[in-house]
Amino acid sequence: MSSNDTERSAELRQASGLVFLTSELATLFRRRRTWALLLALAAIPVLIAVAVRLTSGPPTGRGPAFLDQITQNGLFVAVAAITVAIPLFLPLTVGVVAGDTIAGEASTGTLRYLLVAPVGRGRLLAVKFAGAVVFCLAATLAVVLAGTLIGAALFPVGPVTLLSGDTVSIGESLLRSGLICAYVTVSLTGLCAIGLFVSTLTDVPVGAMAATVVISVVSQVVGQLPQLEALHPWLLSHYWFGFADLLRQPIEWSSFAANALLQSGYVLVFGALAYGRFTTRDVLA
Amino acid sequence: MRDQALPEGTVVQTRGLTKRFGGQNILNGIDLSVPKGAVFGFLGPNGSGKTTTIRILLGLATATSGEVEVLGRSIPKFLPEVLPRVGALVEGPGFYPFLSGRANLHRLDAADRYVDPATRRARTDRALERVGLSQAAGKKVGAYSLGMKQRLGIANALLTHRDLIVLDEPTNGLDPQGTREVRHLVHSLTAEGTTVFVSSHLLAEIEQMCSHVAVLRAGKLVAQGALSELRAAGQTRVEVLTPDVADCLRALAGLGLTPEESISAHQPPLSLGPAVSAPLTDNVQPETIVAALVSAGVRVRGFTVDQVRLEELFVALTGEGFDVVQ
Repeated sequence: MSSNDTERSAELRQASGLVFLTSELATLFRRRRTWALLLALAAIPVLIAVAVRLTSGPPTGRGPAFLDQITQNGLFVAVAAITVAIPLFLPLTVGVVAGDTIAGEASTGTLRYLLVAPVGRGRLLAVKFAGAVVFCLAATLAVVLAGTLIGAALFPVGPVTLLSGDTVSIGESLLRSGLICAYVTVSLTGLCAIGLFVSTLTDVPVGAMAATVVISVVSQVVGQLPQLEALHPWLLSHYWFGFADLLRQPIEWSSFAANALLQSGYVLVFGALAYGRFTTRDVLA
Repeated sequence: MRDQALPEGTVVQTRGLTKRFGGQNILNGIDLSVPKGAVFGFLGPNGSGKTTTIRILLGLATATSGEVEVLGRSIPKFLPEVLPRVGALVEGPGFYPFLSGRANLHRLDAADRYVDPATRRARTDRALERVGLSQAAGKKVGAYSLGMKQRLGIANALLTHRDLIVLDEPTNGLDPQGTREVRHLVHSLTAEGTTVFVSSHLLAEIEQMCSHVAVLRAGKLVAQGALSELRAAGQTRVEVLTPDVADCLRALAGLGLTPEESISAHQPPLSLGPAVSAPLTDNVQPETIVAALVSAGVRVRGFTVDQVRLEELFVALTGEGFDVVQ
């Protein structure tokens, strides 16, 4: 027994909580599906840039915001791509990852082994949520980085004219791109919490993924209906396009703050629901 | 030193364990008692509640009523203290198909906060070696056969020293060689002081492995105890292979036995003729029977004394064997 005691150190001691988070992220990013999602997202700015380059004529004024500026300054590819990705593509990929958190483990049979390992149920939820948020950051970075690179490759790059009419240097504009990434990641944390909760309700990951994406779409549809205006400030997607405020001089931080507040509300409510559900249910898968 | 926390002699103890699900009692007042150091066989037909009991012992499911103690601590209250000392294979292996066998074990080991990350590699490699998977450790689990996944599942239970190992149908999907290896493994675990709780429907397996058994039927415990005691409770029978059935019946009845013509339990060549069997009573010795048969001029072609086998015991206890009751 002595050799066994040395490897477990006499007292049951707690290793750092980061070990399991690292393991979760390693598992997430060793998965081919994760890279397929990130590649699909990175393809959006590439498609936009190539299409604009091939058809470059006089600006038509149609299409998503910022599209016309691309030919003057390649740095706008990233912003145009984020604008295109926010309503559907980003929620879609985040829905896949967030909906898979618990239900995916249940369907591979790994959930019971994690719980018996043991991972406390609350700890598992926290680590899964953190993993999903890291994926949100990776997803927005994929769009912005690919956009910046392809924009620099196909179009001239120079000081950027902001929405407020001021001009900032290339370095400053890259910093603003980073801020946009942070803003969009924060925008998606509420959706992560919803996906986590839905994922605790079922053992079928596809169902949880679809439900999460549908919720994000419904939120945007409701946001389009003027009859439901009273609801609008409470909608998950209400500030999704507010990142444009980061392209003003001085930066308009109020939408960033309001967005963060709203999203943390969603995280609290759906995090609590997920905890309440997951810590009381029998794991039968 | 950890043993101080254990109550003398009992590793798993349940009192009146009941689980209601969908309007019926899946488990109905189970009083389970697993002695320390035992290889405890948990038997029952499909749907009798074996896996549900195991889920409750491991905190995956909660009991509707009743008390559960594992390693001397109340479940589910002390799960975080108990589970690190328990290894388990529950309801078949579950692994990430896109990770290698070794990476899967590393992941599950990282989930255990009470082990030393510095020894992770050495411990997983040793566990893989014990189940004969060293060669395939780098292969993705998606490419494993069922038997290999089963071995990996057992390796997961062996990642560190455990006081209790729960193996739910451990030989499922294993070839005869693998089945024998599991038997050896279980013996080596008991030698290390680990109590092993095995659920199975393969009675021959249990019979060779276990020191104690419990039999579950439709959510009720119908027998529990040391295998030798349970066997002793069953009847010992004598069987005579003879062409002189009528004489044999008369001779045995003359000794106060209740003989009957039977189909031999030993499947002899047909040429040996019919069989007569009778339960052995305490006051009649086998040699007395042989002498009586010879003096009665009965031609004896075979004579056996059989202790009741687990399979017969099992069928007697659970009725129709493997039929699903619930």
